[in-house]
Amino acid sequence: MKVVILGCGRLGALLAWMLSQEGHGVTIIDRNREAFRHLGEGFKGRTILGTGIDEDILLLAGIEEADAFAAVTNGDNTNIMAAQIAKLKFKVPRVIARVYDPLRACAYRDLGIPNISPTIVGAGLIRDYFLGQEWKSPEHYFALVEQFEQTLSSASAEEGDPPCT
Amino acid sequence: MYVIVVGGGKVGYYLTKALLDAGHEVALIERNPKRFELLEEAFGEVAVLGDGCDVRTMLSVGVKRADVVAAVTGDDEDNLVICQLARQRFSVPRVIARINNPKNEEIFRLLGIHETVSSTRVLYHLIEEELGAEQLMPLSTLRRGNLMLFEVKISEGSPVAGKAVNALNLPPDTLLVAVLRGEQALVASGSTVLLGGDTVIALTAPDHVHALQELLVKAARS
Repeated sequence: MKVVILGCGRLGALLAWMLSQEGHGVTIIDRNREAFRHLGEGFKGRTILGTGIDEDILLLAGIEEADAFAAVTNGDNTNIMAAQIAKLKFKVPRVIARVYDPLRACAYRDLGIPNISPTIVGAGLIRDYFLGQEWKSPEHYFALVEQFEQTLSSASAEEGDPPCT
Repeated sequence: MYVIVVGGGKVGYYLTKALLDAGHEVALIERNPKRFELLEEAFGEVAVLGDGCDVRTMLSVGVKRADVVAAVTGDDEDNLVICQLARQRFSVPRVIARINNPKNEEIFRLLGIHETVSSTRVLYHLIEEELGAEQLMPLSTLRRGNLMLFEVKISEGSPVAGKAVNALNLPPDTLLVAVLRGEQALVASGSTVLLGGDTVIALTAPDHVHALQELLVKAARS
């Protein structure tokens, strides 16, 4: 499997290492050369210096032949934009974005942009650990955030929107 | 109209000022607290401290009743997310994005944001217009559509001069709309004959700009 990863932080580097251990072809992009130190010495894939919302950089990384693309920089919006470019322009079969903001994660999930929110999953897992419950799938925890968002929407409606002038 | 402006840099500042002067209701969202202080000083309650990509901020300013959301921060990815959330999550009727990298115009269109403004692109065209006399000069991009309106001057002795519009091998999705001749503006029909010195107004899709350029401009030079 050919995989392109955008963002060589802790998550990106670990994911790159896991996949290359399994013998997959990994190309990892970061705009900061220092970030590649996270990879450790045994990494056999390619590293590319550049920003991932630049088509030329994605092409250089082989996005056209990629089977999967993960956008895991520390910027939610960068990840969301890069994932959409990979999915809609380059038709990469498996695309995922990491999104910290739970509400943004839910919104884009509804719009058909697959993403994983460590915030949502983290909160859910910790809750279940405290309550002695079994850990559940990310879908289960996403559904809880949908409910959470509805309480925010109704709160703002109750307080009243700013009056029309 | 109720307009939400996201991004309180120079563009957002002057846009807000102009909209307020024109009597519109405006909310200006800025996430940098230092910059916000300055905006609050200038605009009072119109300025809101928050992140325009954050659903909560947008709900707090009443995004659901906004007529327009204008995303004018300095980061294209932020402007994309602001516009997509406003349009798709909150059904705002009109969203406009500022684009810094002209290459992103096509991507924004692909991702459903059709109204974009790129000052880089505008400047580029102004410079190009000075350099090449016989260039297709963009007049405007039509709202929501994938069509662009161009102006081009037909030189004397051009092979397309003397030809009727229906005898031209126009690219697909292309229409010659009008011919400006001297003081006159004529609606172009199939039988309209182009003359050297005419200025032609053409409508075409971005994919066919190059072919149209080849036909009208390169032909004119050969």
